[in-house]
Amino acid sequence: MTAKRNVVIIGSGPAGLTAAVYTARANLEPVVLEGEPSSTSDQPGGQLMLTTEVENFPGFPEGIMGPDLMTRMRSQAERFGADIRTQKASRVDLTVHPFEIWVDGPDAPEPTFRADSVIVATGAQSLMLGLPNEARLLGFGVSTCATCDGFFFRDRDIAVIGGGDSAMEEAIFLTKFARTVRIIHRRDSLRASHIMAERAQANEKIRFIWNSTVSDVIGKTSVERLEVQNLQSGKTSTLEVTGLFVAIGHRPNTDLFKGQLDLGPDGYLRTQPGSSRTNIDGVFACGDVQDSIYRQAITAAGSGCMAAIDTERWLEAFHHTPTSH
Amino acid sequence: MGEHITTVSGSSFDETIKSATEPVLVDFWATWCGPCLRLAPILEEIATDKAGELQIAKLNVDESPDIARRFDVMSIPTLILFKDGLPVKRFVGLQGKRILLEGIAEFL
Repeated sequence: MTAKRNVVIIGSGPAGLTAAVYTARANLEPVVLEGEPSSTSDQPGGQLMLTTEVENFPGFPEGIMGPDLMTRMRSQAERFGADIRTQKASRVDLTVHPFEIWVDGPDAPEPTFRADSVIVATGAQSLMLGLPNEARLLGFGVSTCATCDGFFFRDRDIAVIGGGDSAMEEAIFLTKFARTVRIIHRRDSLRASHIMAERAQANEKIRFIWNSTVSDVIGKTSVERLEVQNLQSGKTSTLEVTGLFVAIGHRPNTDLFKGQLDLGPDGYLRTQPGSSRTNIDGVFACGDVQDSIYRQAITAAGSGCMAAIDTERWLEAFHHTPTSH
Repeated sequence: MGEHITTVSGSSFDETIKSATEPVLVDFWATWCGPCLRLAPILEEIATDKAGELQIAKLNVDESPDIARRFDVMSIPTLILFKDGLPVKRFVGLQGKRILLEGIAEFL
């Protein structure tokens, strides 16, 4: 049986859950598809589930752990009646109205939900290098979550690849455990914010390997060493480390909407300036899936609020249009 | 914690996986691991659904780093299924209920 809903929110990071709090308080009885957890695709709660201390979310002067913050947002949405499902949206049809959303089996003849409006908050996920041995050794020395795995590298020599804020944050965190941390970066300067770059450069356990990338990960059952390629000379060298933390950036999770929602040249969902509207009436987008510039928890939450208000107003106008029923 | 989930550490770990009559799914976790906390309610559901067919035991890697090391755990959450005292199946990273149930089905 297909259930009819006012609004289905896809995603459960700061954007999706803020949209859930607002639409639930507006009595729109939102469904939130938070995703089916898996190490390679969905991450209910979003990227903050993989971080430690969040120091810059207003209202937490002492800082708050990322997973704690997300648990609180989720409880807040539930308090107002948001219907949060630990399920994956496997297919959407936004060419018909009400919009159709499938959960789990994309081949089922009938969609799981029909919804008057959809809020897309699918976020972004970590990019990997794409090396075969990197995938094989994921969880065996290759990691995308310093906070989860740092503990296992006590007194070891390890490497972080990347030059942005998340790479610096991971490297600094990892110095609590590791003997040394090498940061491998493809350029000769960091993309990270000034404060994070300074902290990393001041840390005596951290050394930088500039203008370089990892060209292979070597190890039988766990990481034993890396092959590092200098991008200027093309020469490769060996780096003796037992851990590799990958923090080379993110890509927006837009696969579900290919061919239906407009993407910008950078691959992010396109929204109309100053609003959360997409190219389809009644479909709104918020958070990192549509933000290639700021990508902060607070901007994601802010845009989730915008999407909820845009949705509420759109639904009101829609229900008052005589031809809509 | 659900009534079907036990906590193991040090010596009780070996005791549990050797003496159990049904397979034991051991959850290597820690309080500081966000995805581990997210996995906990999923395991409680599985423990209730599979009561009598499967035991679930939680092992805190902070308290028992030696056992984590013995099984080469380098990333958490890691789940290892033990049958007749031997590891037969391993899941690394946060997984959903459906994936876990499919993965352990052949050993129950």
